[in-house]
Amino acid sequence: MSLQVSELRVYYRTLKGEVRALDGMTFELGDGEILGLVGESGCGKSTLGKSLIRMDGRMRHVGGTVVLDGQELPIGDDRAMNDFRFREVSLIPQYAMSALNPTRKLRKMVTELLRSRGSAVDTAELERRMDQVGLPREVLDRYPIELSGGMKQRMVMVISTLLDPSLLIADEVTSALDVSTQKAVARALLGFRESGYVKSMIFVTHDIALTHHIADTIMVMYAGRLAEKAPADVIVKAPRHPYTKLLLDSLPEVGVRYADRRLEGIPGSPPSLLDPPTGCRFRARCPIAGDECAQDPPVAELAPDHHVACWKA
Amino acid sequence: MTTLQETEPREREGVRREALHFAVRNGKLMAGFGIVVVLLVLGLVGPLLAGGTPNDYGTRPMSPPSAEHWLGTTTFGQDIFLQFVHGLRATFLVGVIGGGIAAVIGMLVGFVAGYRGGAVDEVLNMLTNVILVIPTLAVLLIINAYLGIRSVAVQGLFIGLTQWPWAARAIRAQTFSLRTREFVDLARMSGSGTWRIISREIAPNMSSYLFMTFILLFGGAILIASSLDFIGLGPTEGVSLGLMLQNANQWSALQLGMWWWFVPPGAGITAIVGALYVANVGLDEVFNPKLRET
Amino acid sequence: MRRYFSRKLLIYGLTFFVAVTVNWLIPRFMPGDPVAGMVARANVAQPEAVEAMRAYYNDLFGFDQPLWQQYVNFWGAMFRGDFGISIWLFPTPVSTVINGAVPYTLGLIIPSVLLSWVVGNRFGAYAARRKLLDNTVLPVGYVLTAMPYMWLAVLLAWALGVIAGLFPVAGGYSFSMRPNWSWTFVLDLLHHWTLPFLSLFLVALGGWAIGMRNMIIYELESDYSNYLSALGAPARLIRRYAFRNAVLPQITGLALQLGVLVAGALVTEIVFAYPGLGSLILKAIQNQDFFLLQGTFLFIVLGVLIANFIIDIVYVVVDPRTRAGMAGAQA
Repeated sequence: MSLQVSELRVYYRTLKGEVRALDGMTFELGDGEILGLVGESGCGKSTLGKSLIRMDGRMRHVGGTVVLDGQELPIGDDRAMNDFRFREVSLIPQYAMSALNPTRKLRKMVTELLRSRGSAVDTAELERRMDQVGLPREVLDRYPIELSGGMKQRMVMVISTLLDPSLLIADEVTSALDVSTQKAVARALLGFRESGYVKSMIFVTHDIALTHHIADTIMVMYAGRLAEKAPADVIVKAPRHPYTKLLLDSLPEVGVRYADRRLEGIPGSPPSLLDPPTGCRFRARCPIAGDECAQDPPVAELAPDHHVACWKA
Repeated sequence: MTTLQETEPREREGVRREALHFAVRNGKLMAGFGIVVVLLVLGLVGPLLAGGTPNDYGTRPMSPPSAEHWLGTTTFGQDIFLQFVHGLRATFLVGVIGGGIAAVIGMLVGFVAGYRGGAVDEVLNMLTNVILVIPTLAVLLIINAYLGIRSVAVQGLFIGLTQWPWAARAIRAQTFSLRTREFVDLARMSGSGTWRIISREIAPNMSSYLFMTFILLFGGAILIASSLDFIGLGPTEGVSLGLMLQNANQWSALQLGMWWWFVPPGAGITAIVGALYVANVGLDEVFNPKLRET
Repeated sequence: MRRYFSRKLLIYGLTFFVAVTVNWLIPRFMPGDPVAGMVARANVAQPEAVEAMRAYYNDLFGFDQPLWQQYVNFWGAMFRGDFGISIWLFPTPVSTVINGAVPYTLGLIIPSVLLSWVVGNRFGAYAARRKLLDNTVLPVGYVLTAMPYMWLAVLLAWALGVIAGLFPVAGGYSFSMRPNWSWTFVLDLLHHWTLPFLSLFLVALGGWAIGMRNMIIYELESDYSNYLSALGAPARLIRRYAFRNAVLPQITGLALQLGVLVAGALVTEIVFAYPGLGSLILKAIQNQDFFLLQGTFLFIVLGVLIANFIIDIVYVVVDPRTRAGMAGAQA
């Protein structure tokens, strides 16, 4: 097992109190596995991504453990985490367009970054990887401002994976791109796994359709907790959790006529995580909620690799 | 459209309440405004309580602070405390007039340039840049020397006329980023005119920024006025903190060791301007959540 | 880049044009006969000086000529370096008087501005996001930057000059000396230079430190800083990048502050009776010497424009974005 997360709790400090953005997440990720992490905004998926590599100042590690390749990650200790960043866990951030220092030529920036982590740049390897994502080599002698958005994105992908991390977190990397570029990015990420630049990957997104193309497994989160996790095909074709079903229903499907079916989101909105309700957190919006839902539903493995947290599933 | 109109005011009110919550807990803001208010009250009430005219010659020249003359007297026996409280009035007045005029011009130019864009922006931008580069004190020197400024108000007017460019530039940049936002588009589509959009949509959305700009202009106007006074181009009528410094310098208070003559006026200016700056930092923290956390 | 410079030059050209025009307009806007007024106010005792002045003014203003001719003549005279004759030091030409004062002002302003900029940036960068330092640097910085230049000058003169007796508080050099290039004279010059320099340096220091602190905090929260942190880059590298990027707006800030800095230098000179342009302005005002005042004004404008242009060049050298032909600094 590459990554084991158990009972992870991460809270945000706010004025009004603590927001329980992650409230007891447990899941595993195997070697070479690509996990698509989906959910509405505010469900905790970005918090999970950040927690695994770098928490921001307002986040607090309240409980639970993260074990990567047999070693526990000190996720609450910013300093101790530095040893793992980049080498073991790496990140392609949501803000890839502005992630590069505007006043350094890329070659120099990469050199300085690697040197600061005690590594030297293997230029041949760097250029090989740039070729792989279709970046011309001259890019290294340019400033970020001279690159197009897509080029910056690909450059960040190459930089983030230069030290062959075990786990790569790709945080909403496709949300700012047009469809054809999205496909290219997804292909590049798959290529990275094949070439062994990264072992496993967590692909955070709100786009289930795209996730389906790239992920082996899809994990659906709701209100800081796991709702359902299963192989990608199973999630898309045979979801068991009512939230997953509604999420899929709200997607437009190619080839389906919508004359007699209205496209709409899921009615209602996620509960406040400041003071989350007891029992199943989806209860208020769930069309099939019953009395038993007043109790917290445990995460049950209904079928091999198919985990669902629902009494009715 | 209807939902937007319904949520907007509520949202704004929420923001306002949150800002107030932080405002009263912000030490910098409270301390800064506290000092300014104390000095303002001193300037308003002091002359009424102390009585007498500030430039009247007294019988006990050059005396250090005492129970009778709280801040001592000048070479001519003028009571320095009395001059100080009258000077505070002039200083606040020049700040309000100079800062106010500069803020109004800066807003007009900034809003119009930022919102209209195109050729209007080019022309206004050029004008702003030209006035921005000219050393304003030098211009004020020439104007004041020829016109012989008599009153604090006219001094404030000319300061206001020369201090607006940086504010215009900052407001222009802000307006620029706001004018493509959804609610502005909406107002434009529903046929609102330029002025209506600027006054109803754009200005309210940067009101905190405008207020902070005014505070900085206010402080800047006070500093410039004090420099003009000190060079000898201050208002010929009345008394101001800058004129007190000028008198102290002209009549060698320094060489005579009359520290009570030159310390209070400078300290007064520094306290007002410094407190304003600190309050501004506080305001910034109140309005920008990013800065709160340190 | 060519566009950047041509735009800048256009602005400076326009500015100079406006300054000269203002200079020409203001005396003509005055109520009454300016010549009579000036001669009367000049209060010169020698009758031949009065006569010479009257003739000179009449000739100079050329009131018998049409306005446009007067305006053209004004420009012509200026390009010949003819700024008129000083009244205070009659009949020395204004340009000679100014030339004597300019070295003192430059000697004061260049080192104090550059040093305060460099040191202030260092201080500010160091204080940012270090709680203890931030809590000291910030208040001190605000007090310094809120101080009127002349007041700090007076306080320094009083404390270090009058009370401690360490430095002289008036003049550019001792009364007993004549300017020459001996060591004793140079040391004497430095001795007189120290206090005015120090007070200019200190007031400007506060502003730069605060500006840098704020810029660094902004840069440390930027996306590229977050990215580097996520990749475990040491704080040293991130701070170095942040400093480098935060310096750019500080360079622009230097250009914007030039007017204020010059104003500060003028009043500081007055406090120390330092023989630069500031003292010249004071004398010109006291003696109603409008030609001297106007000449000084043009000199200051010209100096500020040149300094602006130098800063523009430096900016292009430091900011790769302007060189890459992209939108970098705004005009």
